[in-house]
Amino acid sequence: MMNPLIPLLVAIPLAGAFLTIIIGRFITAIPRYMALATLLITAFISFWLLIAGGDDRSVYIMGGWEPVNGVAIGIHLVHDGFSALVLCIISFIGLLSVLYSVSYIARYTSENYFYALFCLMIAGMNGVVLSGDIFNIFVFLEISAISSYALVAFGVEKNELEATLKYQVLGAVASFMVLFAIGFIYWGAKTLNIADIRTVFSQGHEKGYYLLVQILLLTGFGLKAAIIPFHAWLPDAHSSAPSPISAMLSGVLIKAVGIYVIIRLFFNMFEITEAMAVLITTLGALSMAVGVLLAIGQWDIKRLLAYHSISQMGYVVMSAGIGMMLLARGIRPEVAALAITGGIFHMVNHAAFKGLLFLNAGAIEYSAGTRDLHEMGGLGKSMPVTSATSLAASLSISGIPPFNGFFSKLIIIVAAVMGRFYLLAALAAVVSIITLASFMKFQRYAFHNGEQVKIRKEIREVPVPMLLSMITLAVVCLLLSLLALPGIRDAVLTPATDILIDQMKYSSQITGM
Amino acid sequence: MTAYWLCFVLFLTGLYGVITRRNLVKIAISLSVMEFSCFLFLALTGYREGGVAPIVDVADPVQTYVDPLPQAMVLTAIVIGLATTAMLMAVIIRIYRKYGTFDIREIKNLRG
Repeated sequence: MMNPLIPLLVAIPLAGAFLTIIIGRFITAIPRYMALATLLITAFISFWLLIAGGDDRSVYIMGGWEPVNGVAIGIHLVHDGFSALVLCIISFIGLLSVLYSVSYIARYTSENYFYALFCLMIAGMNGVVLSGDIFNIFVFLEISAISSYALVAFGVEKNELEATLKYQVLGAVASFMVLFAIGFIYWGAKTLNIADIRTVFSQGHEKGYYLLVQILLLTGFGLKAAIIPFHAWLPDAHSSAPSPISAMLSGVLIKAVGIYVIIRLFFNMFEITEAMAVLITTLGALSMAVGVLLAIGQWDIKRLLAYHSISQMGYVVMSAGIGMMLLARGIRPEVAALAITGGIFHMVNHAAFKGLLFLNAGAIEYSAGTRDLHEMGGLGKSMPVTSATSLAASLSISGIPPFNGFFSKLIIIVAAVMGRFYLLAALAAVVSIITLASFMKFQRYAFHNGEQVKIRKEIREVPVPMLLSMITLAVVCLLLSLLALPGIRDAVLTPATDILIDQMKYSSQITGM
Repeated sequence: MTAYWLCFVLFLTGLYGVITRRNLVKIAISLSVMEFSCFLFLALTGYREGGVAPIVDVADPVQTYVDPLPQAMVLTAIVIGLATTAMLMAVIIRIYRKYGTFDIREIKNLRG
């Protein structure tokens, strides 16, 4: 029995995007409410699927083309533990960003295009996460990419245009790498279905060819995920976009179209090899360390946050790499599971606190009209809610208990120590301390440090919808710590880890054997 | 085999253009060259020596057919490519209006 809710996750935002433009032409007040309704429904469906997602109902085959002799044909939408989690992140952060935009975007012109592009981006990301075949990942990747190019440039000033140009050129190169890799995969395997490709490759493959495909895919999606040698576009794009979009890009997009796909392909499509595991771990550790070092010197708050995104994503990639390394050696699978769980947990947490931090940055920009840390100060008095929520997010990202960031970093570091990667564990701890230092600077210069004379206008707290989404995210930052408790972890995080570790589970789900 | 190598050369030509050209429009053209080398490669993967159109003939079932799936993929990819190129050109035109130049060396507001 196929679950008819799964395709709705792509169809509703897609329909919402186009209806927003058509109806918004006649009734100008309606686009924001339509986008809110779209996101609300999407969020509801994703949480429903996360809670009630059974095993037998988790694949939807478009057009109903059943597998023939165990070979999958047609387009599969796969909903499993891992994608369920990412879908929830996408729609939840998306919902709060739209709520925030209701006040924030009123300053810009052509609001209805903003909401339409926003829904389109959500549709693309949901599609990437749900898609069970590699060509559809490419198609949805491009849908989300094109809408995010447009959203980054939404201000159409000099900086926005320059940022979107960099983003587009690098994004296009990444897409061609992915397309080239898809061509190679189809050439060798004669199939596009991820589970099927695995079956074909497990029956034997040429080593050089296999490595070429892996490297092409890692480069392509690494560019999308802004892992360190490919990160050049991220600080510009994420800092130039309107703040709710920065929250979406940093909090969700780089995960859904970058990290998620890398983890999915390298665990479920390719066989795990030690060489690839070492490469991924190195890239992760490098992003973690270099990202935070680049962030220290930044005085533009959004740019500082963007560099921290690179660094925090490094944690996720590194812990996935540690898991791969242990699985490739075939030793201590329970430690590998712990490392992967930690990585996925940190990914969820990062969506919450980085989304919140970008919304805070947007609130500061909205009220004080500046993004430069030199020019602000003493905002704690005039903007108490922004100050309090950003403190929560800052503590969370720096890994201070009882906030969520502490638990995920703890799990990652414990897993690294148990897997005898002492150097990586030490590096993770040091990076966490540097992160703390960097956020202490942010807190001090933005909210404490006395009144600044440079800001002449009276600073007021931001409107209610913006406050509402910031407070919700701050509460979520606290609540997500509960995921570390054994009972809740088994219900939410363990299914995601299982699908990545258990090689047969993913393919049996699709071919029905 | 030659066709595949030529295809790869085309890809590298495009990549070279993206890296070395300084004019934004030329970068966009180079990206299109890269894009089309990918399309060519995809179309080539479906090619069979002496293949015919994939219409099953009951009288003569042992014919070689070309693979129709890459063609469908290329069509999809071309449509996506059109959207990307249109988006890129729109941004380049906007940049020309703001900066008054196509030279990438002059467009350097953001750094660090």
